[in-house]
Amino acid sequence: MKMDNQTYDEMRKKASPPSPVVRDCLWAFFVGGAICCAGEGLGTLYRALGFTLTDAGTLTSATLVALSGLFTALGWYQKLAAKAGAGTLVPITGFANAVVSPAIEFRSEGLVPGVGAKMFIIAGPVIVYGMLASVAWGVLYHVLRPWIGG
Amino acid sequence: MRRKGDTVLFDRPPRAAAWAAVGGKKESEGPLADAFDLLLTDASCGEKSWEKAESDFARYTLEAALKKGGLSAAELDGVFAGDLEFQCTASAYAMRGFDVPYLGLYGACSTMAEGVGLAACMVEGGAMRRAAAMASSHFCAAERQFRTPLMYGGKRTPTAQWTVTGAGALVLDAAPGGPRVQAVTFGRVRDYNVTDINNMGAAMAPAACETILNYLADTGRTPEDFDAVYTGDLGLVGSRLLAQLLEREGVRLPNHQDCGLLVYSVDSQNVQAGGSGAGCSAAVLCCHVLPLLAEGQLRRVLFLSTGALMSQTTFLQGESIPGIAHLLELSSGEEGQ
Repeated sequence: MKMDNQTYDEMRKKASPPSPVVRDCLWAFFVGGAICCAGEGLGTLYRALGFTLTDAGTLTSATLVALSGLFTALGWYQKLAAKAGAGTLVPITGFANAVVSPAIEFRSEGLVPGVGAKMFIIAGPVIVYGMLASVAWGVLYHVLRPWIGG
Repeated sequence: MRRKGDTVLFDRPPRAAAWAAVGGKKESEGPLADAFDLLLTDASCGEKSWEKAESDFARYTLEAALKKGGLSAAELDGVFAGDLEFQCTASAYAMRGFDVPYLGLYGACSTMAEGVGLAACMVEGGAMRRAAAMASSHFCAAERQFRTPLMYGGKRTPTAQWTVTGAGALVLDAAPGGPRVQAVTFGRVRDYNVTDINNMGAAMAPAACETILNYLADTGRTPEDFDAVYTGDLGLVGSRLLAQLLEREGVRLPNHQDCGLLVYSVDSQNVQAGGSGAGCSAAVLCCHVLPLLAEGQLRRVLFLSTGALMSQTTFLQGESIPGIAHLLELSSGEEGQ
């Protein structure tokens, strides 16, 4: 069989069905939007209960993370995410899912080498590069500060 | 036993003495549900890990095959088996329960045809009186090893395939009567620079094409000589590509079927491009192809298992996916030689 990689690559692209972008986007928009609305609702509720704006924000995040952990453990989050994609990935609930799911998965390897070591296998890079980015911005901000004020 | 090119032709074709297939929950909801010997709807088999569960699947499958053939494990001279887990542990751990010489194979999803081919060579050559081939896979064990944790909220692309939870085992001997292994063509590794782990059908299709072409060239046969040509787990995309690749070589494959598209209903079971895994072709061979041959509904078929030989490490290192395909020529008992 004589064929070069490029020809095959073109054949592969033609033969592979694309993701249904419009449907995927609609799912992501509405599910992601619903999660954010739930967050807004919780924030309003906490403020109505007398918490300060900062405390209400922290409580809202904590509640969403706890709920995501619970729904992940029940197997519901993954079922929703299979349709919602970025809609469930981007909000803070997605981050919680990325921590809880390996913690559950690697229980079988024990608490230390399994749960402890593997818990951040997906979320770890987000923390590492998130912190790195904040440090980099801190340095940049320090240099720019005389010009931009603040 | 004669060799022509890459093809080994058997003068006294080994007989399929007994076979069995075991499937899981999703397989129990698929079109072949009634054909399985055993369906275990609890994917964990009551075990604490998916790896143990897969070993159980393999053990039950070999036990079922032996029972159907009225055989004891002591009557086997060797078992060729493999799976997708690191270091093939599902098979090795299953074989702890059988006091039989064990030959572990890693051919990824091509393991079943590789094992049957090797077992057939051993039986015809007289090195083994009776030999078994077995392959298994488990969706949950494969997901955590090759992709993400089960509960992780990820989205599957339309080209992704669903690893079959199941296993197939086949016992070969030299006695008369029953379906036979007429020939085997061992495949060569082919890599056309496919790097998408979610499109393994595309990575394996060139290997399948080339093994089929080699077999046809070695034997002088045409696809029309066969009632069916089965491939292991090319799925929707790989099957499409196989047809196109063969057409470029002037070969039409009108009677092609893919085990990954037989084991699930692609339209309703949410499996994207179809089934895959070492257990896919193994189970379909043992619950669908061999029974049809035994009943005489099929007389002569080609059966290929197709494998994608990457690991999680090579994938993360950006390597492309090498494909392989091994081919078996199988005939019904009636035809004899």
